[in-house]
Amino acid sequence: MPRRPAAAALGPAVLIALALGFLALFLVLPLLSVLTQAFAKGAGAYFAALTEPDAWTAIRLTLLVAAISVPVNVLFGLVASWAIAKFDFRGKSLLISLIDLPFSVSPVISGLVFVLLFGLQGWFGETLRDHGVRILFAVPGIVLATMFVTFPFVARELIPLMEEQGREEEEAALVLGAGGLRTFWSVTLPNVKWGLLHGVLLCNARAMGEFGAVSVVSGHIRGLTNTMPLHVEILYNEYDFVGAFAVASLLALLAVLTLVAKTTLEWRLRDEIAALRRL
Amino acid sequence: MPRNKAGQPWRVIPGFGLTLGLTLGWLSILVLIPLASLFVLASGLSWEQWRTILADQRVESAFLLSFGGALIAALINAAAGLLVAWVLVRYSFPGRRLVDALVDLPFALPTAVAGIALAALYAPNGWIGQVLEPLGLKVAFTPLGAVVAMVFVGLPFVVRTVQPVLADIDREVEEAAASLGANRLQTFHRVLLPTLGPALLTGFALAFARAVGEYGSVIFIAGNFPGLSEIVPLLIVVRLEQYDYVGATAIATIMLVASFLLLLLINGLQRWNRDRLARSDA
Repeated sequence: MPRRPAAAALGPAVLIALALGFLALFLVLPLLSVLTQAFAKGAGAYFAALTEPDAWTAIRLTLLVAAISVPVNVLFGLVASWAIAKFDFRGKSLLISLIDLPFSVSPVISGLVFVLLFGLQGWFGETLRDHGVRILFAVPGIVLATMFVTFPFVARELIPLMEEQGREEEEAALVLGAGGLRTFWSVTLPNVKWGLLHGVLLCNARAMGEFGAVSVVSGHIRGLTNTMPLHVEILYNEYDFVGAFAVASLLALLAVLTLVAKTTLEWRLRDEIAALRRL
Repeated sequence: MPRNKAGQPWRVIPGFGLTLGLTLGWLSILVLIPLASLFVLASGLSWEQWRTILADQRVESAFLLSFGGALIAALINAAAGLLVAWVLVRYSFPGRRLVDALVDLPFALPTAVAGIALAALYAPNGWIGQVLEPLGLKVAFTPLGAVVAMVFVGLPFVVRTVQPVLADIDREVEEAAASLGANRLQTFHRVLLPTLGPALLTGFALAFARAVGEYGSVIFIAGNFPGLSEIVPLLIVVRLEQYDYVGATAIATIMLVASFLLLLLINGLQRWNRDRLARSDA
């Protein structure tokens, strides 16, 4: 091997510095800035902002929305991936593309379609009003919009995983006399549990953090239909920066925890898939 | 294949009809019918209505910013993403795995949080704004601010599509090129770039698509001056707030058609990418 000139050894160092500099500028600085702004007036102001009643309602609403939309998403993901991975049928790739569709729709449009359906001028608007059912500018609308934007998360995680694992284990269980549900519980579910958890983490992060779609359907009624991201916006627009960044810091913490859990899971998942491929 | 009485292939695994039915039903109720309602409403608009809505100066400049800004942001992401992926795959340095995990931050951080954080950083008295201000560079509350937010949300896409392909490339090919007399630039140009091409394009298209529709992170930093720094999703919200459902529907329909075209393109690119990977495995 020819002797490397000193300049060549300098190359990697320069590239690493450039890449890290870019990431520091775009990822680390925003995170740090959330923290410093939240504590700009001390810890007292920070905790006061978090215990304020409207902030509490926002936190509770965000948890409620996630508690409804994430389990629904898990159920759908399991059902859809069972149909897609365990059977062959025509139009399968079209179905997968359709499931992915909400990812490519702008969040604002994801909210708009529900306004068009359930708003007063919308298709079901008058029927709903006559029956006294509120969907728009109320919790059901927020849940619907959240379910729309998170629709693909669990399914797109499970479909490739289940396809990779094949059908032999389920077929063996069934031939040996286990019922369909029992096979699902004791064969399929344990096989995909890490992938499922990975999907749940991402789905939950998006459900709690969704802004655009929820903002269109929520009506921004303070203390009533404000989720945490919407509350952040309101406080920020009122120049209550400590309040806005305090609530934002909780969401940032959620994001960091999600990343940590996700990374740990990915290492596990990689080992498992590697083990599977060796078989 | 064994067949049952109805002539269908015999299956051991139960639940096909039930699970496929539930999948199609839920997909239709939650996604397809709401999206279809947008197209049905849009198809009721007359040519005259389309003309008046779209010939608006404010609408034109919003489309220019959303698509032009997304293009610039995706180009920046293509270059920076390639660099980051390269550094993560090829070099080992302390904290590499931490940096690798951090790349996904824009996927996990709520867009409103990213939005106010970026606005605070680039405001004239912010950490970065302070440095740029004396240079005469204004980012916050200008179209440039929208581009910065779009770079942030699109950042993981190029890294994550290029990374696995780069890790897969046989270093022997590069060494062969070098031993045949190619210098490093030639090796990069003639050997690496053609192999990475499909992945890089896919990442670029994904970042572009995400940036075009982005709302939460952009509106805080862009300042939202009509005709100057207002993006299309915000314009849709403005029209809704004015109870101009027709205007909102028309603008949203154009956006949605553009996103679907992008999705088709991305699907094609991903297939191309997969085929190339499969061939290099063979």
